[in-house]
Formats: sequence, C-alpha cells, structure tokens
Amino acid sequence: MIHFDNVTKTYPNQGRPALENVNLDVEKGEFVFLVGPSGSGKSTFLRLVLKEERPSEGRIHVAGRDLARLTNWKVPQLRRRIGCVFQDFRLLPNKNVYQNIAFALEVIGKPRRFIRKVVPEVIDLVGLEGKRDRMPDELSGGEQQRVAMARAFVNRPMILLADEPTGNIDPATSIGIMKVLDRINRTGTTVVMATHDAAIVDSMRKRVIELEYGKVVRDQSRGVYGQAY
Amino acid sequence: MRAQFVLSEVWIGLRRNLTMTIALVVVVAISLSLLGTGLLFVKQVDNTRTYWQSRVQLSVYLCSSQAFIQQCKDGQITNSEQQTIQQDLQQLPQVISVTYVSQEQAWRQFQSEFADSPTLVRYTSPSQIPSSFEVKLKNAEADAAPVSQIVDGYAGVAQVVDDSSILDNFYKLLDGARNAVVIIAIFLLVAAILLVANTIRLSAFNRRRETSIMRLVGASNFYVQLPFLAEGMIAGLFGWLVASGLLIAVKSLWLNGLQAYFPYGVVLSSSDLIEVVIIALVTGLLICGSTSFLTLRRYLRV
Repeated sequence: MIHFDNVTKTYPNQGRPALENVNLDVEKGEFVFLVGPSGSGKSTFLRLVLKEERPSEGRIHVAGRDLARLTNWKVPQLRRRIGCVFQDFRLLPNKNVYQNIAFALEVIGKPRRFIRKVVPEVIDLVGLEGKRDRMPDELSGGEQQRVAMARAFVNRPMILLADEPTGNIDPATSIGIMKVLDRINRTGTTVVMATHDAAIVDSMRKRVIELEYGKVVRDQSRGVYGQAY
Repeated sequence: MRAQFVLSEVWIGLRRNLTMTIALVVVVAISLSLLGTGLLFVKQVDNTRTYWQSRVQLSVYLCSSQAFIQQCKDGQITNSEQQTIQQDLQQLPQVISVTYVSQEQAWRQFQSEFADSPTLVRYTSPSQIPSSFEVKLKNAEADAAPVSQIVDGYAGVAQVVDDSSILDNFYKLLDGARNAVVIIAIFLLVAAILLVANTIRLSAFNRRRETSIMRLVGASNFYVQLPFLAEGMIAGLFGWLVASGLLIAVKSLWLNGLQAYFPYGVVLSSSDLIEVVIIALVTGLLICGSTSFLTLRRYLRV
C-alpha cells in the first residue's frame, strides 16, 4: 500500500536530511505506529505520502501509484484515497458537525443524495450520534477529533494518516479515539499513526516503526514504544 | 459540480471582505464607464467627421466691386474670367461639382445667418458680400491644398477658403478630450487590476482553512479556485452594471444634449451604445477573471 524505496528528503538550506535512505513497506490493512522524537522525520514521511513534498532521492509508491510519475493535476485523485487526521483537528469553526463532514464530499463533487446517506453513517461510526448539529466550539477535544476522523473516513479512503491524533487529548479520551481508529482499521483501511504517546503504542501491540534523525532504527511487528527488547 | 455549494462559498467570500468588494466594484465601474465614454467620444468624432467629409467644400470667393484687396485691384470679376475659372475647375479630376453662389444668394444667406445681429446686417450692403464658387471635392482632406493652389492664381479670385481647416481646430479639441478620457481610463484599469489582485489575496487568506482542507481531501484545483475566480468575476459584473448605467446616462443626457449646439444632426445610435457597453463587459470580465486566475496561481499552490 505504501512503499518507500531508498527515500531521502533534504529540505533546502538544511544540512541534515529529514529522511535518509528510508526503505519500508506498509501492506494493505496494516496498522502502523510511527514513533520517534520531534524532528525525527515522522511528519516528513506523512507529507511525502500525500505528495505535499517530493523526495530528493528514491521512489515512493502509494496505493499502487508511482508518485514521481503522478502529474500535479492527478494529485487530488491520490488524496481522495488518503484520509488525514491532525493534532489540531482542523475543523471549520463556522460549520456544524454534519457540515464539516459533508464539506469533504461536497468539494469533490459528490451528489447530495449520496452525502445525505453516508454522513450520518460515519457520525454513528465515530460515536457522535445526536451531535450532528453541534458547532466545533461546543464539543470537547475528543469529540472534535472524532469529527475530524469522520471527515477523513467518510470517502472510504484506502489509507488513513494520523499525525499525533491524541496529542491534544487527555489519556482517558485518547482510548476512545484509538478505538475509533481500530474500528476504521478493521474495515480494511490501512492506518499510519505518528505519535509520542507511549502508553497507547504499548497497549495496542501493533507494528512500530521508529525513526531517529531521519533513519529507520527499528521496525517491529507487535512492538512497544520504548526500546525494551 | 455542485453549483449551489460553489455559489454559497462565493457569497461568503464576497461578504467577508465587503469593503474590498465595494472598492473593487466602484473602481471597475468608474474605469469601465470612462473607457466607454472615451469610446463613445471616438464614435461621435468619427460620425461628425464623416458627416463633414461629404459636405466640406472649397469656397472660392470672387472679386466684388467693393473688395479692396491686392488680388482684386482690377475691380469686379469679369464674366469671361468667371467662366474660365468655372470651366477649369470642372475639368480638375479631384472635383465633383462646382456651384456658383451669386452675390444675391450670398446676401440672403448672410441675412438669415446673422438674423440675431440686425445692426451688422443693416450696415452691410449686398454688394459687399462676394459671390463664390462652392467646390465639392472627392477627398476633402487630400485634395483641398492642391486645388486651392491651382485656383488661387486666377484673375478675379479674391480668396480661397478650405472649410476643413476651420474644422481642424474643432477636431483637435475633441481628439484631445477623447485622449484624456482614455488615458485616465487606462490608469484606472491598472488600479482595478491591482485591487482585484489584492481582494483575491485577502480572500485566499481569509479562507485558508477551507482551501487547505479542500486540498487535503482531494478537491480538484478547479474546484478550489472556482469560488475565488467567481468572486472576481461577480465583482467585475457588478462594476459593469453600474458602468452601463453611467454610459447610458452619458449618452442620453450629455452627448445627446451636445447635439443642441450644432446645426446638424449626428446623433449616436443605440447600436453604438450597445456596442460600447458590450466592449466594457468583455474588458471588465477579462480583466477581473484573468487577474484572479493569475493571483490564485501564486497563492493557491498544490
């Protein structure tokens, strides 16, 4: 599903590469934690998958496409197959829960009848029944993140990228968020989650890829956050 | 394509920076109406020019008994001199027709033209008004000088007057006014372009959350840019509407009013007005649309 072949990314005016000779494969339906300290290259990895950045060297395949060969006007097609969730939720403050989720479908030109059908379904899936008319500022952090996940998932992407989704949320609420991500993963969606949260990584027992100074230093199935083993 | 969705986004965008939108509409309106006024002017001048082109003549004034000038030192023109002039004029290739205006006819014309000044008429005797040949030329502009040169040397000719030279000053004035209007219009169009660019930039900044999410969920570039493009175009359209109103006013109140001061009727037709209004529409949409598009390419990269 995601294939990195000897990928190096160096930003202009920076000596050390953000990613250096990264080789990895993420299979369809996998759940992967991306761990490592700030500046280790986690965000760069996610940006490369979305083709928001281009690699300085190496090849990247996402959902069977060679990103180097993907023309700029086809990038939107790629992004429709990838959902994104962020630490800061990125909801539209002047739209309610339903409108925020529907927005993602409206801007890719989906018919209204389709939107009316699928949006309530994902609202149920993320556990926000009865809150469809709330505005974002009337919701807790955890609820806002659920809206963001619903928006990322409503178009049934093949891949869900989550950049520290529990970073702004207390541990108790984080468990609920992880349950939703797990539920999404069980529908067959590949999930890649960058995180600092050791407790969550340890409790989930999924594949862990650790980055340090832009290099993969550990790739372990059923791993934990720290280098215990 | 979800037209309703796009329109509501456009409406939100226009309302959010209302002051910029109003400024944009006003500047577009003024620049387009000045441009249109300039074009109406051009048309008016052209119409007058063609009107006169077909009527402008060379007046060859002949010596009367009371003409005390060097050319007429031999006194009144003789019949044979007069005939020679008429025949020679008629044989010139540039000449269409030659009409003789006798002293009697000229006197009557003088009387009617200066009916407002009875004193002048009272102290002028019919014998002081010279008879003349009114020469109609094929090409008034090009032929006036050579023909007048030829006829000037004949005995009995007092003076040759090229009517178009009288009109030249009038045209210079009109042309100058037209150029001034067009130059101001161009300056304002430049201002309009800068304002469009600025409005779109502000709008892009105001809506950066929306656009970043749109790009993230895979909205096509066209879909991301359409609301901004439509914003610029709609502002241009409103500006054009105002400008059209002003142009209709300029035409019906001012240009038509101007007609009262001329003894001939050269009124601009409605089709002239419609043509100018359409040119203004195309200019407005083109300027607003292309500026929005170019600005967006800078501020909304993939």
